[in-house]
Amino acid sequence: MNVLLSATFPDAITFAICAVVVLSGGIGVVTSRNPVHAALNLVLTLFGVAVLFVEQHAYFLAAVQVIVYAGAIVVLFLFVIMYLGVDRQENVRSEPLKGQRPLAFVLMGISLAGVLALSATSDWVTGAHKVAGGLTAGGHTDTFLLGKSIFTTYLWAFEITGALLVIAVVGAVVLARRPSGVHDDGGPPAPGGPSLSARPGGDGRAERAAADDTTATAEDPEQVEVGR
Amino acid sequence: MSIGPAWYLALAAVLFALGAIGVMVRRNVLVMFMCIELMLNAANLTLVTFSRVLGDIGGESIVFFVLVVAAAEVVVGLGVVVAIFRRRAATTADDLHEMLG
Repeated sequence: MNVLLSATFPDAITFAICAVVVLSGGIGVVTSRNPVHAALNLVLTLFGVAVLFVEQHAYFLAAVQVIVYAGAIVVLFLFVIMYLGVDRQENVRSEPLKGQRPLAFVLMGISLAGVLALSATSDWVTGAHKVAGGLTAGGHTDTFLLGKSIFTTYLWAFEITGALLVIAVVGAVVLARRPSGVHDDGGPPAPGGPSLSARPGGDGRAERAAADDTTATAEDPEQVEVGR
Repeated sequence: MSIGPAWYLALAAVLFALGAIGVMVRRNVLVMFMCIELMLNAANLTLVTFSRVLGDIGGESIVFFVLVVAAAEVVVGLGVVVAIFRRRAATTADDLHEMLG
């Protein structure tokens, strides 16, 4: 366990800073009450992991990590959070399942301690070297080697991945499409209460128009009243 | 010399445990998705570390595929979340109990 001290100083300090950033971001994701804060903490963690990729000479993966994860996935998360308007604070005090949280902490603590103890008492990494191809073959960069590996050894998997992405896009469009028969009122109406008419904007107007069966004068509620 | 793999693997294990605790503890569906992303990143970190230590490009290739699959998973998952939220204003996973019987 003296490896961190025997490493060169820039490597050790980079790893220490990144470990702190990654773990604080992870704790922030788990403990943030606001989903927007959780997403921003997720960005912190992803950047820390990207720097750790650079530290291990996986430059292409670090760039992809920042572009795809921090640039696309987190933006998608934020987009959905803003679109759904669920950026209100979650009540973290209420606990529907009694004893779920202590049990979660205890179970994960036992699992983590088991994994760490098992790894510390035996070898951390064992296995055959250079099975799918060398990492420093012929002095090429890791981008060259990764591209060669993906487009030769894993070409079939790469093609299937492309099909998977297309299927995912089509499925997301189908799922998120507004169904033609269902009226979009943003949730089930409260029983016996005029909750929907109190909503500002187009939803209340659409509701009123549907109720009165008037379309032309639905823009102005007073005109609807006069017209009747 | 660079840092040994033990530190990276221990950090990834702790990050994975954090993500798992988040999935089990949190009730907001979007935050649960983010915790799944945390676990995926921990797995990616271990794969890159194994790839470096064993001098094998296969680990980094798997990380590439994991990134793509994670992107597809997030797209479909958020589509499902949007579809659910459109039909009913369910904020937490506890509100979705139609199959409770």
